[in-house]
Amino acid sequence: MNAENSTKGTAGTDGIEAIGLVREFKKGPRAVDGIDLRVEPGEIYGFLGPNGAGKSTTVLMLTTLLPPTAGTARVAGFDIVKEGPRVRSAIGAALQEAALDPLLTGTEHMRLQTSLHGLGKAERERRGGELLERVGLTRAADRKVGGYSGGMKRRLDLALALAHEPRILFLDEPTTGLDIQSRTALWEEVARLAAEDGVTVFLTTQYLEEADVLADRVGIIDHGNIVAEGTPTELKAEIGRPTVEAVPCNPEEREHTAAVLARFGEPADGAAKGAAVLLSGGDAGLAEVVRALDSEGIKIETLQLHAPSLDDVFLAKTGRSLEGAEEAVEETEDERAEVGAAEPA
Amino acid sequence: MTHELGTQVGQLARRSVIRTLRQPAQIVPSLIFPLFLLAVNSGGLKSVTNLPGFPTDSYLTFALAITFMQGALFSVINSGTDLARDIETGFLNRMALTPLRGSALLSGLLAGSLLLGLMQALAYLIIGLAFGAELVAGVGGFFVIIALSVSVTVAFGTIGMFAALRTGSGEAVQGLFPVFFVFLFLSSMALPLNLIQTDWFHTVASINPVSYLLQAFRSLLIEGWEPSKIALGFGIALGIGTLGMLAASSALKSRLVRT
Repeated sequence: MNAENSTKGTAGTDGIEAIGLVREFKKGPRAVDGIDLRVEPGEIYGFLGPNGAGKSTTVLMLTTLLPPTAGTARVAGFDIVKEGPRVRSAIGAALQEAALDPLLTGTEHMRLQTSLHGLGKAERERRGGELLERVGLTRAADRKVGGYSGGMKRRLDLALALAHEPRILFLDEPTTGLDIQSRTALWEEVARLAAEDGVTVFLTTQYLEEADVLADRVGIIDHGNIVAEGTPTELKAEIGRPTVEAVPCNPEEREHTAAVLARFGEPADGAAKGAAVLLSGGDAGLAEVVRALDSEGIKIETLQLHAPSLDDVFLAKTGRSLEGAEEAVEETEDERAEVGAAEPA
Repeated sequence: MTHELGTQVGQLARRSVIRTLRQPAQIVPSLIFPLFLLAVNSGGLKSVTNLPGFPTDSYLTFALAITFMQGALFSVINSGTDLARDIETGFLNRMALTPLRGSALLSGLLAGSLLLGLMQALAYLIIGLAFGAELVAGVGGFFVIIALSVSVTVAFGTIGMFAALRTGSGEAVQGLFPVFFVFLFLSSMALPLNLIQTDWFHTVASINPVSYLLQAFRSLLIEGWEPSKIALGFGIALGIGTLGMLAASSALKSRLVRT
């Protein structure tokens, strides 16, 4: 991939392209260790990884708030190092933690944001009202943000990021700490932005479900490296087949059940009361499994099909689950916090 | 100033003023504390006026100048803490993603200091005069004292902003308060320079710019119109403000490492 040519490609206009992007911190590890990525216009790209994996550092570099130590990247066709102001004019960003002033109202936030982006007075009023309505905050617009719930703050954060109608939107863990209702509402809005307005979305998350539901493509980052990339379906298909687990009504028939299931694939662990196999024919083989158990006269208490998840992908690529990785990186993160995010190596 | 820059400064000034007005806990102590000290000092140190060479027989008038300086010290804390909070919460990063100019950010933030300085100066002066302080320079002097007080408050506010940008921590900014209080004590706060007998103290107070800021206030309150002393006071405020702005601008560049 070539950075010069990239502006001529589709990703060059309203997309994102990074080549060998590196960020080192003083006395610390490489937070981002030479990543390559390409996000097409209108695509929702999910950047999935545990805390401290390098997601936020990547976002800070792509949004021009942190210069890379090495490598290049173009956002909306502009070089993030040489053309910072042009990049910023094309992007909107809601960074980790909703950065809001608790003493200002929603309307005052919108007014400040739109005026800093250079919108005229009439346009400011129109755009501000429109965005507050869009994120469902019209009734709370004149209340101080300090009294907003977490979900309301995140929605306002999103509205502020959209103030100047950006072509590319960066969302850094936008739903962390939100209840499922607020999370779903935000997902719907993000999906609508991409589908209807053609906004390219770069979304970091540590939630598997979020990446699975929302992202067109997912990049999995661990220790500063992208360890897997593709659509959620591709990634899951890449690492394996579904598992079927059957628990007989009569515990004495466990061996018999296992023998029947063994016809359909390799035995799998994890079925304490029954038997499980990795289906060699994929989930299409489930019907045959049911028929075989029935013909053998085995009465089944439960039958479950486990499709591979992105956590299984993470496990396959890194050797540990995403949840387990959270704790493992804690120490590294603490060290990095001491160094300070803005200190170059 | 271009239209765009003017709009940015205006909107940030508006925010700063709104923030100041919505934080009574920021305004009230900066009004009450200096007035409380004024009441204590003017009552307890009244006999100092009997010293030969003391410029006035009203210690209240002499001590009134101190309230303006104490009020300005609160400005260091308030402006610095507000900015530090913006850094800590990521609000500065949000603004950094807009075409915001650094000069607009700093100027806008100082608007809150200016408003606070104006409220403080009016309160100190009106209450001081109501309790019997003299104002030899008359009505014109009233306005010059207000202008000088606001200038000093804004100038000190730049130091608060510098500290916030340098450290990124509200606690660190608040830690400056005792340091500035030491500066105030090592000045002609309690006695005029010519009556300070201890050599080292006299030397320190003579080179402490705070002494000349106090002198400017006192000249208007006690002596009338002394253009050189007034000009020196405004000059020092301007100097502190300029140095503070330069230091804050430099710290802002380091803080905002945007490309």
